[in-house]
Amino acid sequence: MLNQYLILSAILFTIGAAGVFVRRNLITILLSIEIMLNAVNLTFVAFGRALGSAEGQIIVFFVMTVAAAEAAVGLAIVITLFRHKESLNPDSFTRLKW
Amino acid sequence: MGSDALFYAFGAIAVVASLLVIAQRNPVYSVLLLIASFGALSGLYVLLDAPFVAVIQIIVYAGAIMVLFLFVVMLLNAPHEDTVYDEHVHPLLRPGPMRFGAALALAFGVELVWALTRGGSSGEFAPGAVSSVASIGRMLFTDYAFPFEVTSILILVAMMGAVVLARRD
Repeated sequence: MLNQYLILSAILFTIGAAGVFVRRNLITILLSIEIMLNAVNLTFVAFGRALGSAEGQIIVFFVMTVAAAEAAVGLAIVITLFRHKESLNPDSFTRLKW
Repeated sequence: MGSDALFYAFGAIAVVASLLVIAQRNPVYSVLLLIASFGALSGLYVLLDAPFVAVIQIIVYAGAIMVLFLFVVMLLNAPHEDTVYDEHVHPLLRPGPMRFGAALALAFGVELVWALTRGGSSGEFAPGAVSSVASIGRMLFTDYAFPFEVTSILILVAMMGAVVLARRD
């Protein structure tokens, strides 16, 4: 059963990675990052269950905390960027490119 | 067996909802579909005997983080993606880095599935061992007390950062 969980997690992670690469919308890119974090969480819980320990769930707790912090700061940055350019397309933010 | 059928049902919901998240053009639908995906993942956590994670998945992820996303999407009022490419062009056929990125993600997926299906023991889970909320709480406040306190500082910093960044000056 562990293998099925790991395969499902790999599929979800791949969907998230593809979303980050393919989509050109900052909000959707942040959502894809959340999909990837959740795929990793599923791996942690599945391994914790297979090894019979609760440590997998503890690290999921920390991952969720970091994800919440990342979402708050990331969305604040998105709001600031949108105020400057009136756009959510990452290709339009090239000020720091040399 | 019942739990196997539930695993495949929840897994299918999670995969389909996640695929639709990155296929949708309207971010509001993306956020709502991601909530559905998180609900399915929460069911998987119940199947994995992790009720604590299942509950905080719903409360924290679907309840707090996704509402924050939805709030920002509606606040910005820019539902449709403006791209230089026609949205009808398939992402794999678009020029330059986007095609490279899509091909990379595809290769990554094939590699992962290949690595996981290459054999090895198909580990059936040992019976029993539902980890209770009490035991997780005890571990959090004894063995993991320091990371737990650092987490609170992280949340404080993120809160201050979000306020400072989004401030209109």
